[in-house]
Amino acid sequence: MRRLGLFLVILLAGLLVVGTSGPAQAVKPIKIGVAGPMSFTQGEGHWNGATLAAMEINEKGGVMVGGTKRPIELIKVDTNEFISIPDATNAMELAISRHNVDFLVGGFRSEAVLVMQDIAMDNKKIFIGCGAAHPKLCTRVTKDYDRYKYWFRLTPINSTFLGKVVFIQLGTVAAMMKKGLGVKDLSVAIIAEKAAWNEPIVAAAKKFLPKMGMKVAGVWRPSPVAKDVTAELGAIERSKANIIFTSFSASVGIPFAKQYGELKIAAPVVGINVEAQKDGFWKATGGKGNYAMTLNTYAKVKITDLTIPFYEKYLKTFGEAPNYTAGTYDAVYLLAKAAEKAGTINSDAVVKVLEKIKDVSTAGVVVFDKSHDVTWGPGYVTSLGTQWQDGKNMCVWPYKWKGVTYEGTVPIKFAPWVIKRYKK
Amino acid sequence: MILDIIVNGLINGSVYALLAIGFSLVMGVARIVNIAHTAFYMTSAYFIYMGFTYLNIPPLLAMLCALPVTVALGLLAYKFFIKPIQEHEAAVLIATIALAMVIQEAFLMVFGGHYLGVPPLVSGYALIFGVKVTWQHLLALGVALAVLIGVRFFLMNTKIGLAIRSTAEDREVANLMGMNVTAVAMWAVAVSIGLAAITGAIVVPLVVLDPHMWMHPLIMMLAIVVLGGLGSIEGSFVGAYIIGFTEALVVFLLPMGSFLKDPVALTIMILVLLIKPEGLFGVVFEEER
Repeated sequence: MRRLGLFLVILLAGLLVVGTSGPAQAVKPIKIGVAGPMSFTQGEGHWNGATLAAMEINEKGGVMVGGTKRPIELIKVDTNEFISIPDATNAMELAISRHNVDFLVGGFRSEAVLVMQDIAMDNKKIFIGCGAAHPKLCTRVTKDYDRYKYWFRLTPINSTFLGKVVFIQLGTVAAMMKKGLGVKDLSVAIIAEKAAWNEPIVAAAKKFLPKMGMKVAGVWRPSPVAKDVTAELGAIERSKANIIFTSFSASVGIPFAKQYGELKIAAPVVGINVEAQKDGFWKATGGKGNYAMTLNTYAKVKITDLTIPFYEKYLKTFGEAPNYTAGTYDAVYLLAKAAEKAGTINSDAVVKVLEKIKDVSTAGVVVFDKSHDVTWGPGYVTSLGTQWQDGKNMCVWPYKWKGVTYEGTVPIKFAPWVIKRYKK
Repeated sequence: MILDIIVNGLINGSVYALLAIGFSLVMGVARIVNIAHTAFYMTSAYFIYMGFTYLNIPPLLAMLCALPVTVALGLLAYKFFIKPIQEHEAAVLIATIALAMVIQEAFLMVFGGHYLGVPPLVSGYALIFGVKVTWQHLLALGVALAVLIGVRFFLMNTKIGLAIRSTAEDREVANLMGMNVTAVAMWAVAVSIGLAAITGAIVVPLVVLDPHMWMHPLIMMLAIVVLGGLGSIEGSFVGAYIIGFTEALVVFLLPMGSFLKDPVALTIMILVLLIKPEGLFGVVFEEER
């Protein structure tokens, strides 16, 4: 009788285990860590882009892996990389060791992402970069493939290509000045925040501007967080530069544009100003940021069939336009498609698919090169040039460049005080 | 270029002077090393932004409203956080660091890390000997100089000013002479926070607001008060202009190294300290007061 009692207890316990193990047998989600400085616009872009993609994929039932549809679960990885790189490494360790993420997307500051990349690689986690531009992030893949093969960069294009695009845009502005305003000998003031990602751009600018037939009027390197650049602007004006070439990713882009507009510096601005990519730029500069031009990833133009629907949905959902860190939207879709094709979420198998993928994304057609960097050029991802024109951030490039003009693109405008300088 | 340096140096120096004098005042009178001083400067700037953006009141009115609110907040902080531990200087130092961090995190929580701005009170620029200076910068310079003159008048020509100076000279003797040093300290805190709030109001149309905007002026302000002599108001005034002009000089003479303007200013402070450890106008050492 006692044995029967014991048997019944074991049976009951067994049934309980089976009963309560129901949820554990439910479909296991694919965990994607979204890494970024979440208190800042860049991190919000990372999170919002990924959220939108995960929402859409989950609404369709999830990702088909090995015959099972698995939902996507996003893990917020607040790297705080603007303030502290150790915070970023801790957040990555936490995401991998505690949350057991399957993949990672995001990252912003190259200095931080280089370290974050090492952590992801050591744990064999695929990490799709959506924010950092330093070429070293991808040259590491070619130099030590076995270790770094899990890294891919989706946005932005690397700083060498960023440089190339801004030089093309600079050339466009220079041609307009020569043709439209009759300026013969052009000189360019380079103003670039002091940061690692900017070094190749500044070096390239100093090297290529003379080859493009332009003089370098001077190079100014303010702090990325400088609050006042009137002294730099005064010095630039004294240099009699005809064009100002900017390279800013941090807050200095706002006082620069604000004070440029306030002082009516008579030279058009072209280059990179990440703050000018955001909707809040117009308000932050009190409208003085008019005519500020910047390299960009998103605008309301038809890069592919997906761009405008994504742009509008993002704007409707989050109340602001996407910036380039919202490329996590495409990154999540890429991972989903690659996992479906590989039939597994095993990193090595997914890497093989990603290496061969050709995918139409919101920012262009994505193909990764040998260094796992996104391919740049007509027919692939080109990047955009946008300019603030009377409160609207308009796409101004590519405009008849190698046969590429995206629907909705408008010509570049010069500020009246620039025109006044030459048309006396 | 010399004119550019003079104009920019004057503007930088005047803003720094306002901050440094407020800091020195409360340090001299109440022996409080208030690390949260520039956090109140930030608080004032954010209050102005809130008034302008959410209450839709004109920037000037928002500035006038922000000043008393910031001072009231500063006095409350003094009464509840600082005063109970005022006699323990190290504890005060740590408490004010904590207070500044609390203020920073509070703004970070409410506004995120977004860069915000307030439009200038006056648009456009003036040409001064061929140098373009925005009207807002000139206004800031004018207000800063007027406030500095006002502070000097207050300290030199009023009874409270006299009490503040006496307490700053020797707190113990002032107490023995029957002066209510606690009330004087309260006044000094109010004037100090008021100066920080005015600085916030002056610069808010010129700078970008973010929850870490208090850090950089704090470092520069500490450099100035150490350079000028701890607790010395004259020293803070002179130190502020030295640092302000140094920054302008670096930008104009070393364009490739314009990011170095802060390290260069701090290096000057170290050099002065090596030659004159008490600073330009300071008493030899705190213990010898």
